[in-house]
Amino acid sequence: MSTVLIIFFILSAVTLATAFLTVFTKNPIHSAIYLVLCFFSVAGHYLLFNAQFLAVVHVIVYSGAIMILFLFTVMLMNLNKEDEVHKPRTTRLAAGIIFILTCLVLLAIFIQTKPIVGPYDDTGVDYQSIKVLGNVLLNEYMVPFEFASVLLLVGMIGAVLLSKREKTEKK
Amino acid sequence: MDQAIILEKSIFIFTIFAITMLAAMYSTWAERKVAAWLQDRIGPNRAGPLGLLQPLADGMKLFSKEEFLPNTPNKFLFVAGPAISMSVALMTSAVIPWGDKLIIGGRTVILQATDINIGVLYVFGVLSVGVYGIMIGGWASNNKFSLMSAMRAASQMISYEVAMGMSLIALLMMSGDLSLKTISEQQAEWHWNVLYQPLGFIIFLVCSFAETNRTPFDLAECEAELIGGYHTEYSSMRMGFYLFAEYASMFISSTILAVLYFGAYNYPGMAWAVEHWGVNAANGIGIAVLFIKICAFIFFFMWVRWTIPRFRYDQLMRLGWQGLIPLAIANIFITGVIILWHDGKLF
Repeated sequence: MSTVLIIFFILSAVTLATAFLTVFTKNPIHSAIYLVLCFFSVAGHYLLFNAQFLAVVHVIVYSGAIMILFLFTVMLMNLNKEDEVHKPRTTRLAAGIIFILTCLVLLAIFIQTKPIVGPYDDTGVDYQSIKVLGNVLLNEYMVPFEFASVLLLVGMIGAVLLSKREKTEKK
Repeated sequence: MDQAIILEKSIFIFTIFAITMLAAMYSTWAERKVAAWLQDRIGPNRAGPLGLLQPLADGMKLFSKEEFLPNTPNKFLFVAGPAISMSVALMTSAVIPWGDKLIIGGRTVILQATDINIGVLYVFGVLSVGVYGIMIGGWASNNKFSLMSAMRAASQMISYEVAMGMSLIALLMMSGDLSLKTISEQQAEWHWNVLYQPLGFIIFLVCSFAETNRTPFDLAECEAELIGGYHTEYSSMRMGFYLFAEYASMFISSTILAVLYFGAYNYPGMAWAVEHWGVNAANGIGIAVLFIKICAFIFFFMWVRWTIPRFRYDQLMRLGWQGLIPLAIANIFITGVIILWHDGKLF
């Protein structure tokens, strides 16, 4: 076995194990920490593809920003068994349906993809360089890029709106 | 792989590790000496000449203390906290160019552990992971003051990371490359980035104070409100690790400031020195120059600590979100306009 293959197996084992532990752990903080580990091993997979930029951005965005905010919230909330809100039956039903639909979408994706990768042509373009990446993003993929930025903006405004206290009986 | 390269890199990495540790150790000594000097005292002078053995004595003291484990349900995370802090503080040095190159026995030795394409982003990634050490340690202590302090530290570090990244974007727009080696090569002779990006430098400097949890942003450790901060429950060498990590990250921050904005190992007349004195001598001076710059920044960190009082929490957040981030965005905009104007593409 080549070294890359061995690393791949180790990484995959870590990814899967931590992903399952995230779901099955009772303690929400342990669960969040397992998710962080899972993200790290996914970044390792990107590195195996020689996608350094993607790997580091993944670490910065997911492990460094999103999961920290996540942990933050979980640590400040009192998540004991006794305080847990009883979830009504309709919510559980909706969750089940959404889960099945997601599974269907994922299955469809897996069936559609071709697992055998075609020959990789190295065209002499350095795909690690941010100059190339920027050119591709802002020329070829301009519209999706702008859509993504609009989506982020909407998310941001929504977060501000939700966190703002409603002014009711003042004045 | 070439065995010589492996050997060369191993020696190099070991040296960097040793230097970082040594720098962190002597930063604790320097901090006391600078404090004493600024307050018109003498400072440590019992252990060795000028108190130079003081860090060793402190280390011995910490090692010989009782390793106390509080009654916490998360023993593993409690131990993991300082370990994460320490390893993250030491990881950044892998991508820093400590000099250009040396020629030893006919071999060209590049003075950098590894030159990855995305050096700046790597530094950033490691930095953003550094929060975990504090957060996990503070939470696993099972003490509400530790938890509150960890929360403060984490929110402060996340907030200032945004401004820090934005101030860097303007710099990267000029350099067009994320590799720290290329960035330092571009600053040859007098073309230091601080001359082109003064505003970006100031924002970056303020943010590095916040990222290393140094005064005036050391809210995480403010004794009057939070006992000892996130390491209240720690004792012996575990606490030593937290303190050590703080000094190590201060050293690394100073290095990054020097590399990104103050011309790394470049000094005016380096090309002349290479021509007349040879590559080795010129680069030897280059390494020395880099360390002088680093020491100057470390001194600056300490100077500020004993000059400016601690910020209040709301002041800290207002400065970060309403002061530094808009400034950084303005800086990006101005830089973009100037670059376009310089290239003649504006009109």
